[in-house]
Amino acid sequence: MFVTDKILPELPAPQNTKGIVHWLKVNLFSGPVNTILTLFGLFLLYKIVPPAVQWVITDATWVAETRDTCRGEGKGACWAYIINRFDQVMYGFYPADERWRPNVAGIFLVLLAIPLFIEKTPKKAWLAGFILVIYPIIAYFLIRGGSFGLVPVDTNKWGGLMLTLIISFAGIVTALPLGVILALGRRSTMPIVKSFSIIFIEFWRGVPLITVLFMASVMLPLFLPEGTDFDKLARAMIGITLFQAAYIAEVVRGGLQAIPKGQYEAASAMGLSYWKSMALVILPQALTLVIPGLVNTFIALFKDTTLVLIIGLFDVLAVVEKVLSADAAWLGFHTEGLVFSAFVFWIFCFAMSRYSMSLERKLDTGHKR
Amino acid sequence: MSDPRHNSSELPSKPPIWNDPKYRALFFQIILVAALFYFFYSLVSNTLGNMEARGISTGFAFLSEKSGFDILMSLIPYSSDSTYGSTFVVGLLNTLLVGFLGIILATLLGFTMGIARLSKNWVIAKIATFYIEIFRNIPLLIQLFFWYIAVLGVLPSARDSHSLFDRFFLNVRGAYLPAPVAEDGMIFTGVAFVIGLIATFFASKWAKNKQIKTGQRPPLLLIALGLLIVAPLLVFFISGSPLSWDVPKLAGFNFAGGIEIIPELFALLLGLSIYTGAFIAEIVRSGILAVDHGQTEAALSVGLTPAQNLKLVVIPQALRVIIPPLTSQYLNLVKNSSLALAIAYPDIVAVFMGTTLNQTGQAVEITAMTMGVYLVISLSISLFMNWYNAKMSLVER
Repeated sequence: MFVTDKILPELPAPQNTKGIVHWLKVNLFSGPVNTILTLFGLFLLYKIVPPAVQWVITDATWVAETRDTCRGEGKGACWAYIINRFDQVMYGFYPADERWRPNVAGIFLVLLAIPLFIEKTPKKAWLAGFILVIYPIIAYFLIRGGSFGLVPVDTNKWGGLMLTLIISFAGIVTALPLGVILALGRRSTMPIVKSFSIIFIEFWRGVPLITVLFMASVMLPLFLPEGTDFDKLARAMIGITLFQAAYIAEVVRGGLQAIPKGQYEAASAMGLSYWKSMALVILPQALTLVIPGLVNTFIALFKDTTLVLIIGLFDVLAVVEKVLSADAAWLGFHTEGLVFSAFVFWIFCFAMSRYSMSLERKLDTGHKR
Repeated sequence: MSDPRHNSSELPSKPPIWNDPKYRALFFQIILVAALFYFFYSLVSNTLGNMEARGISTGFAFLSEKSGFDILMSLIPYSSDSTYGSTFVVGLLNTLLVGFLGIILATLLGFTMGIARLSKNWVIAKIATFYIEIFRNIPLLIQLFFWYIAVLGVLPSARDSHSLFDRFFLNVRGAYLPAPVAEDGMIFTGVAFVIGLIATFFASKWAKNKQIKTGQRPPLLLIALGLLIVAPLLVFFISGSPLSWDVPKLAGFNFAGGIEIIPELFALLLGLSIYTGAFIAEIVRSGILAVDHGQTEAALSVGLTPAQNLKLVVIPQALRVIIPPLTSQYLNLVKNSSLALAIAYPDIVAVFMGTTLNQTGQAVEITAMTMGVYLVISLSISLFMNWYNAKMSLVER
């Protein structure tokens, strides 16, 4: 009988249980159906991705004095179309000499907002309050001008990405308090207050934003006493605020319902009045809980701001779609304009949705048992 | 007012009236009613005053006046001789059409992509993820413009249309499909289908009873397929295939015959279903993930096959999570269809709130009617949702 006295060296694991081949086998070619699906998916990608990359990057024209440079066989996107008039895309018709004002307002907001995202900042609530209450007033006077020696700039000159950001930020600032009050009203025990809140919320949630904007631009002048009138932007803002408040109210109501009854009872046992118990006990908890939901409504609002194009305001989409494309020297670059504005909105919305997801995860852990 | 600290033997007296919650509530509500009353009073009087100043008469009399403009697409007979009232109906029907088709397409796309995102196949899952993350985060209006201007607007003219099997055509004027034309004997097939439907209903009851009694599950799917598809098909062929296709043909500069889908409708459907589909996909995915894995394990351990597990355990529970947000997506789709205005599809907002309002100046009546339509749609969908939630909510024992 033969008995070996040598220990054989360890063999590497079989090729098909590790490495890329194994991964391919398990994830892509685990059966006939899966194989067909994979091949179909790869075919789809082959059909879409290389032409898109070519059009957007490799074949694109970045610098061009005239339209002819962009035109021609095998030429991709004409980004020069956007780059040459980038100022207008950012600011609309805002006078060039005054553009430092929105810039300052924007930088100020970013500087104010950064500490909010840092875990250890003390007194975050006060900072958030400052951003939501005091900052908008400062920013308005800065951008609108007319006082403190600043040249007044009419709102019909506002435009571009600046206008998009202003509308959505002002929308959330004005709609948030209204939404909170409506949410409280809907949970009130007073029958008239409650039914008023319900009717108000369901009315605005039941109609499309376009009809609201139409109403604001066509009917608001009819509703007001003779002689009073708002400019177009203010009318749109009124419509957006009412519309958005209804959605915020529903989000906040979700938060209010999630607060255990014991909190309400404890607050009144402490002898707090209704408003004090709401302001000091219930709302701080409820609002923290619904921040992800609020971010989601904000994303929806941000996307909805494009609709102001229909009532004649020039947000970033309207600038590329109506102003840039009407330039006789640069006709025929609709697609570039649309892809560019889609990209701008996508960046903002994607970043915000990621932020809201990470918040959800962070808030979620507190409730796990 | 007595201080309870000094008269501890006595019951504390009633609080003063301004501290009594009951009276306070009454007081606040009276103030609210008064404020609302004043608000609406001044609104109405301002509006009436303004309209008088502008020479606009109030009332719905304008609905029976001649409209004098044409509409791109109409489901009912309409010409510029028709009334403003019929522009309302045309717009409403177009809105309902696009809502109905959009809901079907978005549901198909959304469910496919939602399931695909959970697929074990890496390529498929990634494609679905990219689809969802890209289209969810771009405003619908941009997407509509994109489909309408950048995709459908650059299609070839009618003479050089893209065609599929020489039956389906796509060009800058729209998409053209063959239209089914029923001939005389078609009624029999229809009857057979209705009978099949009724028979399937009874068969499912029978199958359920049998399962409860004996524990055996009859192959209901096969029975239903036979009753609903095979039997009507047999009748169809026996009665001599009484169905022909009206194929679109190039006549002059345009196509004639078949079903014509104007590019406005096509772009709107594409935009709405791709945008809403991305949201539905996320809902479907989270609904399926919400079903605890223990449920699947339990189902397999009591001897259900994977297919039965999916059908009898996972899907019914996932649907409970999926349906409420799904209905609100449907509602969003219908409301978003009002963006039709931007690409000139003649829906109710574009036709009635746009052209008719511009011509007549009856802002109040028209806005109220249009918003009323959307409110009715929203309320009926939310009533349905409440009913469904009540029916499907967990019955805890």
